[in-house]
Amino acid sequence: MIQISNLHKSYVMGSNSLHVLKGLDLDIDEGEFVSIMGSSGSGKSTLLNILGILDDYDEGSYYLGGRLMQGLNETKAAMTRNEMIGFIFQSFNLISFKNAVENVALPLYYQKVSRKKRNLIALEYLDRLGLKEWAHHLPSEMSGGQKQRVAIARALISKPKIILADEPTGALDSTTSFEVMDILKEINDQGKTVIIVTHEHDIAAMTKKIIRLKDGVIEEVIKNGELQMFKDRVRTE
Amino acid sequence: MFDIDRWNEIWNALAKNKIRSLLTAFGVFWGIFMLIVMAGAGKGLENGVSEGIARFATNSAFFWTDRTAEPYKGFKRGRYWNMEAEDLVYLRNNVPEIEYITPKNFGGRNNGGPNVIRGKKNGAFNVKGDYPDYVKIDPCTVLKGRWINEMDIRDKRKVCVIGEKVFEQMFDPKENPLGQYLKISGVYYQVVGLIKPETRININGRTEESVSIPFTTMLQTYNMGNQVHFLAITAKKGVPVTVVEEKVKEFIKKKHSIAPTDLQALNSVNIEKEFKQMSGLFLGIQILTWIVGVGTLLAGVIGVSNIMLVIIKERTKEIGVQRAIGATPRTIISQIMLESVVLTTVAGYIGLSLGVGLLELVNKVLESTAGKSDDNVFFTHPEVSLTVAISALAVLIVAGLFAGMIPATRAIKIKPIDALREE
Repeated sequence: MIQISNLHKSYVMGSNSLHVLKGLDLDIDEGEFVSIMGSSGSGKSTLLNILGILDDYDEGSYYLGGRLMQGLNETKAAMTRNEMIGFIFQSFNLISFKNAVENVALPLYYQKVSRKKRNLIALEYLDRLGLKEWAHHLPSEMSGGQKQRVAIARALISKPKIILADEPTGALDSTTSFEVMDILKEINDQGKTVIIVTHEHDIAAMTKKIIRLKDGVIEEVIKNGELQMFKDRVRTE
Repeated sequence: MFDIDRWNEIWNALAKNKIRSLLTAFGVFWGIFMLIVMAGAGKGLENGVSEGIARFATNSAFFWTDRTAEPYKGFKRGRYWNMEAEDLVYLRNNVPEIEYITPKNFGGRNNGGPNVIRGKKNGAFNVKGDYPDYVKIDPCTVLKGRWINEMDIRDKRKVCVIGEKVFEQMFDPKENPLGQYLKISGVYYQVVGLIKPETRININGRTEESVSIPFTTMLQTYNMGNQVHFLAITAKKGVPVTVVEEKVKEFIKKKHSIAPTDLQALNSVNIEKEFKQMSGLFLGIQILTWIVGVGTLLAGVIGVSNIMLVIIKERTKEIGVQRAIGATPRTIISQIMLESVVLTTVAGYIGLSLGVGLLELVNKVLESTAGKSDDNVFFTHPEVSLTVAISALAVLIVAGLFAGMIPATRAIKIKPIDALREE
């Protein structure tokens, strides 16, 4: 699903150039449930942005579903994002003046689906996430967990291949965090690739593969079987 | 384009910043309002003036005498002289381009004291000696009776035609003035007509306050010999008045032994020339109106552009989210541009409507007072043509597009990630 090889990315800030990703190689297969970890400055946000085609890279290659993602113009990038990727953000990023259904239906609006049809589909997704009664509420009337579930519904509605979640539990308490993770796990069980960026070990431990970044390269990859070991190690740390 | 979501979005974006939206809209509103009101007022002035002189023969010129300024043929400078009744025939014979030619003499005003008496009533009015043809140059409406005719001239009849003010002062409102007598500077005249001027051009006093008697009668009764105080001519069709004016001057000067180079002795006014100058003035007013109006409008549009920029800044995150979930730059740009077009168009339309409304109101007031007051108001029918209104609206929409363009491109330049990171 995702093939990245020798990925370089640097940010130019005035006369200084900050080399963030230094020749990163990464393969993620379809249906994987992956978390990307790393301390701040390790390049995990940058990697996520590149994965999400929100940012371009300098060197190397990035194939998404067999297609090379490089030098896309903004229109093409937007269309690819719309059909391939579902985003979930730490701060939910719901549109404040739209109610839950309208927020969820938004990606379909960009696909030019008729209003009636997309609202019907959106309601279906909300129902799946147990938010049917909240369909016509504004984000400001909902709790954090509810908002994140609306955001997940929005990420799912365009039937993307990949779900990219940037600190999806960062703004939630632990109970709600686990609920959200359960939902993500369920989505993964249905065959979608889910990639989470997090710095919380217990959240990362709930995924099937952990990629630890350090200074712009992959420090270690912890796979399914070794997860228990990782959990123990975290506990001792 | 007609998706309810899009309009919803526009409404939300504008309604969230009510005060700023209103203030900005006010800029555009004020611009178009001023433009319409000023254009209308300019047009009103133009209409008023042209209505005041429209019926006046614009192909006319007038002449009157003054002291000579140059010595000539043995005469010293500063000589008093007069045109003579025979000059009319002389000019007819020598200047074939003349259409109408009429003399006009002015009677004494008794040093401002009353010169017209009827029983116990009296008044100080202008007394003019006129020719039948004069109404072909400066038309008037005959309210009662008739204007001076050829027989009056031939027989030197003691008849007079009076203006409305004269009637008001010398008669009771319900009285019929026709057949009554007025004593003008010591001589009785029978009133044969009551007239109302059609133009607002007055020669030697307002027509409303004037008494006209036959020219020949005036010469005889007031001992004017054969002098002519004032000469009015019109040029035949297709002949520039200037040509006739010059020719008339040339012949009169020749006949009266005045130096051809003397600029003071024979004065004239050329209505055609004046009229052209007036048209130039109106053009000037129009141009000024547009410059000021468009300037104000531009300021309003810049205001809209500014507010859009601020809105974009505030909505960076929202735009970032929209782009992350698949909004193409095109969607975003059209959204922002539509917002600004809506703002400018709505504000402009309101300004347009109110401006036209105000003009209508002024028009109504003018019309209702028009009958009562006879002031020299050179202002009627303020109006804006449909072309002006439509082009103003078109300018607004285009301006709205431009006002949206800058913020829209700015919104696109912000990378989605930067937009999302901004907390």
